[in-house]
Amino acid sequence: MVTARDKVYSRVIAGERPPIDLQGGVVYHCGPLARRTPRGWQVISAGPTTSARLDPMQVDFVRATGVRALIGKGGVGEEVAKNLARLGCIYLAFTGGAGALAASQVEEVENIFWEELGPEAIWVLRVRDFGPMVVAVDLRGNNLFLRRKTRTNAK
Amino acid sequence: MITETHFRDTVVEMLRRAETSLPRDVLAALKRAWKRERDPLARFHYKMMFKNLELAEKLKVPLCQDTGIFTFFIKLGRELRLTFDITKALEEAVKTATRLVPLRENTVDPITRKPLPGNTGRGQPAIHIELAPGRGLQLDLLVKGAGTENYGRLFMMRPKGGPEAIEQAVLKTLEEAGGKSCPPNIVGVGVGGSMETAPLLAKKALLRPLHRANPDAELAKLERRIESAANGLGTGPMGLGGKTTVLKVLIERAACHTASLPVAVALQCWPARRAKAITVDGKLRVVEP
Repeated sequence: MVTARDKVYSRVIAGERPPIDLQGGVVYHCGPLARRTPRGWQVISAGPTTSARLDPMQVDFVRATGVRALIGKGGVGEEVAKNLARLGCIYLAFTGGAGALAASQVEEVENIFWEELGPEAIWVLRVRDFGPMVVAVDLRGNNLFLRRKTRTNAK
Repeated sequence: MITETHFRDTVVEMLRRAETSLPRDVLAALKRAWKRERDPLARFHYKMMFKNLELAEKLKVPLCQDTGIFTFFIKLGRELRLTFDITKALEEAVKTATRLVPLRENTVDPITRKPLPGNTGRGQPAIHIELAPGRGLQLDLLVKGAGTENYGRLFMMRPKGGPEAIEQAVLKTLEEAGGKSCPPNIVGVGVGGSMETAPLLAKKALLRPLHRANPDAELAKLERRIESAANGLGTGPMGLGGKTTVLKVLIERAACHTASLPVAVALQCWPARRAKAITVDGKLRVVEP
């Protein structure tokens, strides 16, 4: 999977072609904490960032890149969720703040693009058993983040 | 005597401990919240949190990759003579901790967004020094990531708004935050003061251990009332539904202008990172977490 967040999104929306083909891929909303060692990059903590910050660019980004799954925390806005479903893209919620756990599931940093963006760069991560995660927005546009409102209304 | 090296090493240790482990009172509150849940999705998130805490302790790495920005509250004994520049020493400590723990480099120019080195820059870390009697030194550190910082709020309520207004300010903030502030959250509330001291009070409130009751009985009652209302929102862990949306509400008050009622709300996320150091026999010791 690859990481992408605010600065990468802005560049893609501005028309810059991503340096890696994201068609059918997975984008992880994350700015990893990593350290360069003689043996390569070591990912130390890599939990998700707040996806909703990307809402204004989210649908255009998915349409432009062909991404099929987004991983993040806190969900996306209602309209964004409906449009993601129309584009065949699901949203997976990884427990926010669980940075050490996420990092432990990264096997290797295979590549970094737009490295000048530091933590906000495109990190290509090979992961194993990443998660577990919750399918929070599915292909029918069902949105688990709306769950709490139902619960409150039902009281 | 407190040397600059001793001071700096203490602060580095505070940052290291705050970033890699939870205060005991927060862990206890999370466990209680988990036990209250019957919903499997809510219970799942708590399991992930506990797994993360265990792993972070074992590997000695930051709990969360957003290692945040820092606020230091310092109580400086009037009779204590420090031979070094506290601000410079704190900056050096933050740069050192960034390298050693390590921490993510989070600070940028607010307008150009150009990255700045070692979590420093103008005004970073935030430092608030208060004089106290005696010759002791107390350092309190609060670490906050953008997840909660972006939902910090200041409301200037109707002066006669009373407890209802304070409750509304908290609920409005929590509703806006939803799952984006990594709930269950700890809520610091500053009531009164002025537009700069109310937020400061709200952050200071976050320093209180969750098991310590508010010595002000009226505020203690209001804390419980707002906790109940906040948990009634049903936001739950990660905003995916649950019985606990806030672990605790902590309120501090200060006198204010007769025509104002400032109410500031500061949220802390479930990986509530804070640390404390005090002088014991003239030497600084990290006592929390």
